[in-house]
Amino acid sequence: MIVNSIEKGIVIDHITAGTGHRILDYLNIDTKNNTVAFIMNAYSQKHGRKDLIKIENVTDVDLTVLGLLDPTATVNVIENGQIVKKISLELPETVVDVIKCKNPRCVTSVERNAHHIFHLMNAETHEYRCEYCDDIVNMKGE
Amino acid sequence: MLKGRSILEPMDMTVAELEGIFDLADAIIDDPEKFAHACDGKLLATLFYEPSTRTRFSFEAAMLRLGGKVIGFSEPNSSSVAKGESIADTIRTIACYADIAVMRHPKEGAPRIAANNTDMPVINAGDGGHMHPTQTLTDLLTIRRRKGGFTNLKIGLCGDLKFGRTVHSLIKAMSRYEGVEFIMISPEELRVPEYVRKGVLEANNIPYREVKKMKEVMPELDVLYMTRVQRERFFNEEDYIRLKDRYILDLEKIENAKEDLMILHPLPRVNEIAVEVDNDPRALYFEQAKNGMFVRMALIMKLLGIEVQ
Repeated sequence: MIVNSIEKGIVIDHITAGTGHRILDYLNIDTKNNTVAFIMNAYSQKHGRKDLIKIENVTDVDLTVLGLLDPTATVNVIENGQIVKKISLELPETVVDVIKCKNPRCVTSVERNAHHIFHLMNAETHEYRCEYCDDIVNMKGE
Repeated sequence: MLKGRSILEPMDMTVAELEGIFDLADAIIDDPEKFAHACDGKLLATLFYEPSTRTRFSFEAAMLRLGGKVIGFSEPNSSSVAKGESIADTIRTIACYADIAVMRHPKEGAPRIAANNTDMPVINAGDGGHMHPTQTLTDLLTIRRRKGGFTNLKIGLCGDLKFGRTVHSLIKAMSRYEGVEFIMISPEELRVPEYVRKGVLEANNIPYREVKKMKEVMPELDVLYMTRVQRERFFNEEDYIRLKDRYILDLEKIENAKEDLMILHPLPRVNEIAVEVDNDPRALYFEQAKNGMFVRMALIMKLLGIEVQ
């Protein structure tokens, strides 16, 4: 399969195979006005299989969300057809308004304008806890 | 320094700060008159979005005995909350009038929303099934006055450990002391939540066992902390009825317990401790309730930065 290289934009590479669609969902890219290539199950020397996303003309994606969803992915920023920046991702210590608390007893279920804040609890298991009710969410399986 | 800070969970206080609160509480118990005007001119707001007798009265009594005054509501329908006001707006308004606020709320984390929206100290007086740090101060003061400290204790926790906020707070607070071990006695459905098991017990390598029967572990215990199965936390009445009478402590069950066992209960009890146990010298839950007022007096003084020479 051949996908043309892009002049300007970003390439999210080495996405764990099978998680690319979640990343696309969370990034909430305006696909009506931007060209997006999403490749699933591509061959990878490093991981065997990987997903890959190319987004033309967009360079300011939310790296916190990306790190949360797949810290093994890499982000290449492209300008004039060249890679100008390579970004390695990591699990963010705190995420705001990305994960919604599902505990029906949590105050975020009733308080208007309350931000949903989660803190990293265990980097190995990708578990995050809600700032308000301490409910635990496992981002590996989400 | 505790001055100006909010207390939302037990870990908001260091071990040294806890000792300072208990030392002050002991001083107040020894000579309450000395502190009768410590909070003259200060105002405590009590924001109770959920019914409470003990906690609200003990906070109000604490402030009044320090010479301060109290404003507040004891059920949300009598306040602007009934008009749909957010917690953030309510606390901003209250902060215009009061020096310190106490909040009880059925939703978990509600006092944190309040604390995040004001510079006034906010005390969590119980948020849903989550935390109840001032009950823990009460529990710890009672243990300290009887046992002299908190190390090398085997603590039995019995009943509703899932929704029992006093249990979650107590486990968190005790996890910082050497040689503490927990035996958790509950039906499977009411075991401690994951954030307590993983986030506190396992994260700190605290030894614990989960058992279903009370009597077999009784001889080992230094403290037995009984709790009520809380009807208001269940979405399903059938589950409540099925579980509510699972553990009833009576004299026969403590026959083989240690002579210096401490039987504690955050109260109110329904029927989980038979009345016949009340006269046993090991039953300390009313002493615990009394300590609650003194330790809250100490906490209010610390958060307001008031010292009495």
